[in-house]
Amino acid sequence: MSSVCRVLGTSVMAAMLFAVTVSTRAPLRVCADPNNLPFSNQHGDGFENQIAALVARELERPLEYFWLPQRRGFIRNSLNARRCDVVMGVPAQYEVLLPTKSYYRSSYAFVSRRDRQLHIESFDDPLLKSLTIGIQVSGDDYNNPPAAQELATRHLVQNVRGFTIYGDYSSPDPQRAIVDAVANGRVDVAIVWGPLAGYYAQRESTPIDVRPITHASTTAPNRFAFDIAMGVRADDARLRNALDTVIAQHRNAIRRILRAYGVPLQ
Amino acid sequence: MTTRTGIAGVAVPLVLLLAAACGRQSDRPGGGRGPQQASVPGAPPTMHLVSAVSTGEWRMPAGDYGNLRYSTLDTIKTTNVMNLQVITTFSTGVAHGHEGQPLVFGNTMYVVTPFPNNLIAVDLTKPGGAIKWIYEPHPDSRAVGIACCDLVNRGASFGAGKIVYSLLDATVVAVDAETGQEAWRTRVGDINKGETFTGAPIVVKDRVLVGNSGAELGVRGYVAALDLHSGKELWRAFNTGPDADVKIGPGFHAFYAKDQGKDLGVTSWPAEQWKLGGSTVWGWISYDPQTNLFFYGTANPGVWNPDLRPGDNKWSSTIFARDADTGDARWAYQVTAHDSWDYDEIMENMLVDMDYGGRPRKLIIHPGRTGFVYVIDRETGELLSAEHFEPTNWASGYDLKTGKALEDPAKHTHFGTVTQGICPSSTGAKDVIPSAFSPRTGLLYIPAHNTCMDYEGIEANYIAGTPYLGADVKMYPGPGGYQGELVAWDVAHNRKAWGAKEDKFPVYSGVLATGGDVVFYGTMDGWFKAVDARTGTELWKFHVASGIVANPITYLGPDGKQYVAVYAGIGGWMGAVAFPEISADDPYAALGVVGAMKDIKKYTAPGSTVYVFGL
Repeated sequence: MSSVCRVLGTSVMAAMLFAVTVSTRAPLRVCADPNNLPFSNQHGDGFENQIAALVARELERPLEYFWLPQRRGFIRNSLNARRCDVVMGVPAQYEVLLPTKSYYRSSYAFVSRRDRQLHIESFDDPLLKSLTIGIQVSGDDYNNPPAAQELATRHLVQNVRGFTIYGDYSSPDPQRAIVDAVANGRVDVAIVWGPLAGYYAQRESTPIDVRPITHASTTAPNRFAFDIAMGVRADDARLRNALDTVIAQHRNAIRRILRAYGVPLQ
Repeated sequence: MTTRTGIAGVAVPLVLLLAAACGRQSDRPGGGRGPQQASVPGAPPTMHLVSAVSTGEWRMPAGDYGNLRYSTLDTIKTTNVMNLQVITTFSTGVAHGHEGQPLVFGNTMYVVTPFPNNLIAVDLTKPGGAIKWIYEPHPDSRAVGIACCDLVNRGASFGAGKIVYSLLDATVVAVDAETGQEAWRTRVGDINKGETFTGAPIVVKDRVLVGNSGAELGVRGYVAALDLHSGKELWRAFNTGPDADVKIGPGFHAFYAKDQGKDLGVTSWPAEQWKLGGSTVWGWISYDPQTNLFFYGTANPGVWNPDLRPGDNKWSSTIFARDADTGDARWAYQVTAHDSWDYDEIMENMLVDMDYGGRPRKLIIHPGRTGFVYVIDRETGELLSAEHFEPTNWASGYDLKTGKALEDPAKHTHFGTVTQGICPSSTGAKDVIPSAFSPRTGLLYIPAHNTCMDYEGIEANYIAGTPYLGADVKMYPGPGGYQGELVAWDVAHNRKAWGAKEDKFPVYSGVLATGGDVVFYGTMDGWFKAVDARTGTELWKFHVASGIVANPITYLGPDGKQYVAVYAGIGGWMGAVAFPEISADDPYAALGVVGAMKDIKKYTAPGSTVYVFGL
């Protein structure tokens, strides 16, 4: 009697659980910056918004966002505070969380006006000595984008113009200023992370040349290409595995989205 | 009871009139006496202070314009301090780092909380921390992601019937001290460009002097003057850029050749990099009424990578003397040129007139992040002495003829290069947490750290969608193995008088010295301590609810008795490691300080308590 009850009870509970799971699947909660094109914004205009929508659809989970500017403490105050479950774009070697398989690889690029015919592909190009060079710089202590050190090593510092990675957050395109500076001639060449370079180059009225930095750098610790993955909490292997499956099955669809945003892919 | 930010239009003129009327009798610092050159009971006759120190109330961040954190109150003294007990406690409701200190004016105590920067007025005539009102300014929450090093606030100032303080979102507010109504609110900086305000403004005559904070790029340091009655910005003096922006003109006379020349705030940088040159203010401003000059230090230069900014990078890591009416620079002394260690010189500048080197001198005493105590002639900017107070190896000393540090090139940092055993670490031999000075003992009481660092390889990081590379910085206890020390420094003789070691953690609380020859300070593991001002002998201690990173004050209550108050709320740069969300397993976290602070969670947890002690 008691064992029958137990079996019955268990199956009823299982059925109830199943019903609950189907009718109210837990949302996929994405940690994202509300104003950070071309990656994300709160209107859903970024490529990470598009990829998040694709992933949510494939996982059959409703999509929700937790919005927070990507500043110091972003992971701590969003993902690790359990306000959301996935960050759509992080370096695949980013150790503060559990990354998925990489879903794209891009690189920093030399960006210049096509009509200048500069064709710069290397930091050793002698032209750089006579050009004004724009780079993005970070204010977080001990950190900087790789171009900063590459230029400093070559003593190319007097002709460098810095643009903050954060940009002017009151603008709808905080990081656009460095590409605008190329278009309007304030700098001759800029060294910009590929997704930013490709996206804003498409939006300038003058043709812009975006040349990915593909050569290995001469100074050992610097590198310019990064594998980009999604990231989940360190203890959330289950979600990581589900995301890995979506990435493996929809690699082409993801690449189509990235290409539509002008992201230079490797 | 809660006062919201808006006030009825009709009420404004009345409030302002009342405030102006009150202001006439209450502008004087310290309470009671006017701003004449003041002597202190028990101090040598040759020792003079630039303004009256606290004798009962606590009206400005350090208690006086000279930033001494000294009170003449002497009821609590070395012979009875062991009887000190808790009189009352209350919670501010915000469990983040409580730097700063309360104000006491009349029968009211004023407490500024960490973000969201509420102002709590407590009626001291009633028992139990009775709240009169709470002013809630609701600053822009986006400031939270921009702020470096927790969400701290370093306190308020009183002037013309108003409590004036900074909000994290780069705004300054003035609140009627009686009613809790907002008198004005001025957005001075721009969080969209990475600026935040954490420092304590001071009130000088009809002006509020305030400086910006921010470690992010795009931030360019400055001090601004606001009209005390309207909040209108009167002028702004930048810490980088052309002389016109820095307010360097014909009246500027730097003592050393290295600090002389046209537009050094531009020419000591690669082209245009001064625009992102950091050099913010963060901390404390002191003021000399006799010369009408105010003094403050500036932070390290941006951008971080020092190889990218060859040159002295003026006016980073600099002590400025400026005219309080116009903001014009009178002199400047750059403490470290071309910083590659993050040695901000945002420390307190303490003003004392005393016999020094055989004759009366008007001094600035500046205990540096660098590990050196700088003694400077306040009138000229001449460096009179620089001796180290904790283990220091980035420089062996200073050349007093040139004003330059004698640096060890092997301890410079270069991106991608391993540099080991740099002392002190980036957190310095002390941080912005302030010292005290007793005119009676002639001793400076420094809340000191003893941490060194290794600057190692690189790791991938990212911000705003952009991957980049960062250095691994690991901090650990310095020579001797202890991490903190209350250092008593004999200013006249340029030497350490005694030190009270704290083995486990840096001393990250401010210090208070009193006429009773008692020195108060707190520890990060939550002990509030009283020591003998002359010997360092521990006289009393009490364990509070959370680690102390705040600055103790003392005051006379409405009953005429002496009280001591301090916040217990761990946080700030080093203290944030106590927060549950910061992992103690990664020695590189929180900009490397976890290596030095990994045990803090075993000893304390976040708190938000105001303690009042009395006999």
